[in-house]
Amino acid sequence: MLLNEFLILGAVIFGIGIYGVLARRNGVLVLMSIELILNAVNINLVAFGAFHHDIAGQVFALFTVAVAAAEVGVGLAIVLLIYRNKRSIDLTEVAEMKG
Amino acid sequence: MIQLIAAVAEAPSNTSAPWLVEQVWIIPLLAALSFPLTLAFGKRLPGKGQEIGLALVGTALVLSIALGASWAGRGHIELEEHSAEAIHATYTGTAAGDGESKATEEHGAETTGKGAEGHGAETAGKGAEGHEAETTGEAGHEAEPVHVRPYYESEQTWYQNGPIHIGFGFHVDGFAVVMLFTVCFISFLVHLYSTEYLRGDRRQTHYFAALGLFTAGMLLMVSASTTIQVILGWEIMGLCSFMLIGHWWEESKNSNAALKAFFTTRTGDIGLLVGMCILFFGAGQTFNIAKINQAAIDGNIQRTLLVCAAAALFVACIGKSAQFPLHTWLPDAMAGPTPASALIHAATMVVAGVYMVARLYPVFFEAFRISDNFQFAVIGGVNPIAIIGAITLLIAGGLAFVQTDIKKVLAYSTVSQLGYMVMGLGVGAWTGAIFHLFTHAFFKALLFMGAGSISHGVFHSFELEDYGGLRKYMPKTFVTFMVGTGALMAVPPLAGFWSKDEILLGAGKNGYGLFLVASALGATLTCGYMTRVVYKTFFGEYSGPHTPEAIEHAEHAEHEAHGHDDHASVPAGMAAVAHGAHQAERGPHDDEPAAEHVGRSSPGHGAGAPLGGYPHESPWNITVPLIVLAVMSVVTGVINAPGLLAFTHFTAIEPIVAAGVPEPHFDIVIAVWSTVVGLAGAGVAYLWFFKEIRFGLDGITSRNKAARAGYLFLVNKYYLDELYENVFIKGIKGPIAAGAYWFNQNVIDGVVNGAGWTAKTFGNLVYDRIDQTAVDGTVNGVGAGARGLGRGLKGLATGRVQQYAALLIGGAAAGALVLYLVTLGS
Amino acid sequence: MLNGWLRSPPVPVAQLLAAESATLPQQITFGILAAVMTISALRVVTAKNVVHCALHLVLVLAGVAGIYILLAAEFLAAVQVIVYIGAIVVLFLFGIMLTRAPLGRDSTLDNDQRPLAALVGVSVIGLLCALLVDGFGDKEIVLPEVQRTEEVGLAIFQSYVIPFEVVSVLLLAALVGSVVLARRD
Repeated sequence: MLLNEFLILGAVIFGIGIYGVLARRNGVLVLMSIELILNAVNINLVAFGAFHHDIAGQVFALFTVAVAAAEVGVGLAIVLLIYRNKRSIDLTEVAEMKG
Repeated sequence: MIQLIAAVAEAPSNTSAPWLVEQVWIIPLLAALSFPLTLAFGKRLPGKGQEIGLALVGTALVLSIALGASWAGRGHIELEEHSAEAIHATYTGTAAGDGESKATEEHGAETTGKGAEGHGAETAGKGAEGHEAETTGEAGHEAEPVHVRPYYESEQTWYQNGPIHIGFGFHVDGFAVVMLFTVCFISFLVHLYSTEYLRGDRRQTHYFAALGLFTAGMLLMVSASTTIQVILGWEIMGLCSFMLIGHWWEESKNSNAALKAFFTTRTGDIGLLVGMCILFFGAGQTFNIAKINQAAIDGNIQRTLLVCAAAALFVACIGKSAQFPLHTWLPDAMAGPTPASALIHAATMVVAGVYMVARLYPVFFEAFRISDNFQFAVIGGVNPIAIIGAITLLIAGGLAFVQTDIKKVLAYSTVSQLGYMVMGLGVGAWTGAIFHLFTHAFFKALLFMGAGSISHGVFHSFELEDYGGLRKYMPKTFVTFMVGTGALMAVPPLAGFWSKDEILLGAGKNGYGLFLVASALGATLTCGYMTRVVYKTFFGEYSGPHTPEAIEHAEHAEHEAHGHDDHASVPAGMAAVAHGAHQAERGPHDDEPAAEHVGRSSPGHGAGAPLGGYPHESPWNITVPLIVLAVMSVVTGVINAPGLLAFTHFTAIEPIVAAGVPEPHFDIVIAVWSTVVGLAGAGVAYLWFFKEIRFGLDGITSRNKAARAGYLFLVNKYYLDELYENVFIKGIKGPIAAGAYWFNQNVIDGVVNGAGWTAKTFGNLVYDRIDQTAVDGTVNGVGAGARGLGRGLKGLATGRVQQYAALLIGGAAAGALVLYLVTLGS
Repeated sequence: MLNGWLRSPPVPVAQLLAAESATLPQQITFGILAAVMTISALRVVTAKNVVHCALHLVLVLAGVAGIYILLAAEFLAAVQVIVYIGAIVVLFLFGIMLTRAPLGRDSTLDNDQRPLAALVGVSVIGLLCALLVDGFGDKEIVLPEVQRTEEVGLAIFQSYVIPFEVVSVLLLAALVGSVVLARRD
């Protein structure tokens, strides 16, 4: 298997995730897109680990998963807060720093 | 050569001279001190400042006499001299009239000790050549050695810049010593005379101050070593002349006369400055007179420059010495007080022009080729100086006949005698001209003072109609006046005879035959008009007013008062009272309009006892100078009688001898013949006036149209005043001034205004276009750009996180792309 | 402990050659997984229904697990499924529920930045692909032995114990933080 397969796959997922982060209005959906990004990164890590026969790839990916989980937790808490304050999680309305 | 060495051995050096000769500057300084001291202290003194003037000028006189004595004791050197015949022989004889060789012939013995002039070297070379040429060229004539006292010159450096060296110093030679004496002598006598004549005058102090300043100016001029000092003294004298003529300037006639005098002489002064400048450059950038003369003699001045300088300087002489055509100021200058007229318009200032020409004579001698100007067979030589002099002497002589004012007669007589002097210089009779200058100073001052004495006794009138038979009333004045008249008429053995005769000799011997005739004719005229004056003044019956009422009437009135024959004799007592009353009321009358009576002096009858209204003799202040001058009029002539020739020897100076100015010898024929011709004129006038023999010409001017026209022509002074006034002056005032004004307003101001308008428009343009639009536009644009940029960039700060994230990621991607591309090659 | 820092010993050549023959099924599997993942990922970011997005996300995550297995990381695959799909997606669904997200079609799920986002996304993909192709060219992955949980565990607790502890603390912090953030008071 070509290394590049996985890497390109990871790049594609990454790009899609970026699109999602930038284009989605719902905060939760943005978080989901972030998950896409993280997963793409994980793919990269594991691919490289396999390429180099280094267990560190998997280990790192594991940690990334843990971090992602933590991040989602905190992110959703924030979204919840936003929802509580604004009764909506439309990110276009969260422009407090406008100007 | 032995003669040369002997001359060298005995020649006195320029570095040692008698003390007074070295310190000759004291004499002008004394006179100069009179001016500020009189102005400062005069008003407080009892004599109103005349004491200061008398003291200082008297001291200067004593010093000048001592100077003359010490100069007489100065050793001689010998120079070769040519008689007139010898010179004449040289041009028609062997040496074929070459101007250059003639100029070098006369330098005989060496003259050493000329100080730092470098003079000696040049004459040394020339002397040797001349000596050789002499012995080989001209055979059969005698070169008589002339003993010359070498001049003494002391000069300080006034200003020096590279080659230009302007000095200030004093030049003493026989001529200067004689002039110093003359000026001091006459100035002192005038001071003495003025103490009586201007007693109680409204501006007595200023008068004496001006007299002192004038004396200083003339003394400075005659002892000057540089042309700058000549100019300085000249201008000082012009100023003082203006001040003195306009002494009673409250009457417009007097101030007009002063202005006329000043402007006319100023016109001549243009020539003075131009001529001196040309000479400066022509003679190798020096103002020193001795060097200029030497350069002229040596032929080192370029011919064109020399002639131009001589012409310009002669114009100055014409102006100052009242020659035709600038003579018109002198008769009008009689508006000043009579002693001032005696000093400056008879004896000293007017001769400044003659003096300047005589001092710089080599320039003129070479420029106009006075010694070899033989162009015409019968009449002989002609040159501008002689022509002007001759014209002057003739026209002035004619004008003197028709004057009714005694001072004007004397003024024209002065003009005529100045014409003699100038003509004398023109024909090469240098010594004759300056001798005539010398003697004329004395007898003309005498005549003027006599006229002043007469008017002093005849209620201050100068009109001949008011005179008559005065010899009874003023004996001293009469005698002295007659002596002066005799001197003027050249009656031997009085002064005028010897001096005028020398000029005639020069004219005759130097080949200027025409001028010999002219001067003889002038002598006739002189004798004629002086006889007329003498008759009208002293002989006949007194026809002027002598009652108080008539006197007062005559003083205030115009012409009507004159001609009234008031033969009724008034009782002596009543007249005495009247005269006393008349005296008392003199006070307020001293500023009456002097319409016809020129130069009224202010009151003051002095010590003379009134003779019941009739004219009286003047007090001693006036008569003593008259007597002294009468004595001088006799003595000063005889001293230069042939055989004695004291004056000639005293005033022999090197430049004149070196230039080859001929020294004619006495010729009895010319002397006798000229005297006869002159006395013929006196005889005709005598017959006319004294004997009333009219040759059938009585009243011819009213019968004959031509005679009438001629008479009017004379009375109107040849219409010269009208010419100057209406043609020249009005012509300049009118069109030329208007043209100049137009030019100034439109062209010059137009240029200036145009420049200003251009600058203003350009400034506005710059302000509008460049400053406001471009510069401010740029500055504002930068501000607007920043604002716009900010406004634009503000759009970025939407507060929307996703937009920020988009930009962030996009930017990172772009950066990565750049990095990738940059490292692509490697 | 220091062993973990070293690379794993290289795979013997024989094993490599032996493994070569198993390439084709792996490729096919990879292809299917890649396609599914890509389409699902696209649907995640373009679906109009939030829940559909979540479900598609599940598919992507599952695909990722499959990739892990392809890459001989079985423990990680398991963890992926358990943690991501089992916990995180559930969490997402909870979040959707709690924030009253419209459970149906919602046309306003995208903001107006879509073109720019698409541009950025595409450019990122493109850039990365170019870099990857240029950088890694034809490098092959030669799979090692399947890495069992034992090796991973050993690596974690021997070589990477400190990051492990840190992550623990991080999780704790996140837990505490989210509790603090989300509590009502």
